[in-house]
Amino acid sequence: MSRTLIPFGPQHPVLPEPLHLSLVLENETVVEAIPKLGYIHRGLENLTALRDYNQMIYIVERVCGICSCIHAMCFCHAVEHLMQVEVPRRAKYLRIIWSELHRMHSHLLWLGLLADAIGFESLFMQFWKIRERVMDINEATAGNRVIISTNVIGGVRKDLSREHQRWIVDELNILETEMHRLEKICTDDYTLRKRTVGVGVLTAEQVIQLGAVGPTMRASGVAQDARMLHYEAFKELGFTPVTALDGDSWARTIVRFKEVYQSMDIVRQAINHLPEGEINVKVRGNPTGEAVARVEQPRGELFYYVKGNGSKYLDRVRIRTPTFSNIPPMLAMLKGIQLADVPVAVLSIDPCISCTER
Amino acid sequence: MPNHVDILEAEPLSLDRVREVARANFEAGFRLVTLSVVNLGDGNLDIIYHYDKNLEMRHYRLTVPIGVTVPSISDIYFCAMLIENESRDHYGITWDGLVIDFQGCLYLEKDTPPPLLRGPSCTISTIGR
Repeated sequence: MSRTLIPFGPQHPVLPEPLHLSLVLENETVVEAIPKLGYIHRGLENLTALRDYNQMIYIVERVCGICSCIHAMCFCHAVEHLMQVEVPRRAKYLRIIWSELHRMHSHLLWLGLLADAIGFESLFMQFWKIRERVMDINEATAGNRVIISTNVIGGVRKDLSREHQRWIVDELNILETEMHRLEKICTDDYTLRKRTVGVGVLTAEQVIQLGAVGPTMRASGVAQDARMLHYEAFKELGFTPVTALDGDSWARTIVRFKEVYQSMDIVRQAINHLPEGEINVKVRGNPTGEAVARVEQPRGELFYYVKGNGSKYLDRVRIRTPTFSNIPPMLAMLKGIQLADVPVAVLSIDPCISCTER
Repeated sequence: MPNHVDILEAEPLSLDRVREVARANFEAGFRLVTLSVVNLGDGNLDIIYHYDKNLEMRHYRLTVPIGVTVPSISDIYFCAMLIENESRDHYGITWDGLVIDFQGCLYLEKDTPPPLLRGPSCTISTIGR
């Protein structure tokens, strides 16, 4: 059978960022997909040579807009470990609150994009409308909506007042009601299921072999989440990962829905148990040695390798982002699906190309 | 319970054992997390392989002179394909048996200066009126 080569991207309606795929087709069926990256490679890891470890926090926050705070937190974990800094308990809870708010708005952004990809523009706007509440919380508590720069080596630089705490809980209650309404619309909808059920299936075995992480991994029944490592205050708050079994685009959607509710619960719990005390400690000296750190981003496990040499400039910062890990599984899931299903399957890993290319 | 952050303790690895170790980890159900490449500044590179199973990590350190061809593990772990291509872009490492070889052009173009001379890709310049 003759084969056709179809270029997908770098500019495509379902892709908020540029990614090119060369799709090899037999009739309408994809038999191979080859990626091309490099449209937004910024060389941020290389800036280690020019920026000291405190300035690097602001660099790593700019790896990704959507989960900037979580990048900074992971980097701080590695440096704090090398410098044997113990972060105050209150700072640990505050880091969790902001990182879970980031997970919420990231998943809401993605749910909106999925609705848009399938042609439900009104549903897309509804998701983004309720997402604004989370962005408003970020702005009110940290002074910025996306890149909030709350993490510093040794803790956080902003605190939450009691008024803010009460207001956040009120906002989350409204958000939860709205989410239930939108969830019912999504789960009852014939078209949404038709476009996602059975599309881009990954088995539990494949996700391990291909290195998938995050909702892409958990939607195939693998219960692995870096929050199970009990970083920050997760040991005190407790954590059980959300999973689904079918491994398709619908299962990945359901996992993200449930993770929004889970993040709301985590934020409420963290506010309820927020201890009194300092929010940061003074840090002296420079990092020495090699450390590896992992945290859970909205898209999956984030991995940092940091090497310090005793000076204020680090020898190396290596960042392995979740989308970078999820691209090979995505290539595998595209094989055998129809061309018309490619946009939804690609979107189902929640690709963040800024993260991937750094 | 494994830790979310650790001081790196890596098992030394030799060139002839790279694939053997990868195969053993693959068969034991380990996931390839990534490779970290570090320029040691003395003409050598550290290539650190990070594997994970149920959040438990294993690390292996391969130290090679710059310019040495390293056996690819991308036919064992397909996901190594992107990581190995990225390290070719940034450090000029050539891989033997890479399943999809972008020839140093995964992110960059052919006319980009050679690896290890590139410096930070992000630069700021101003243009006077």
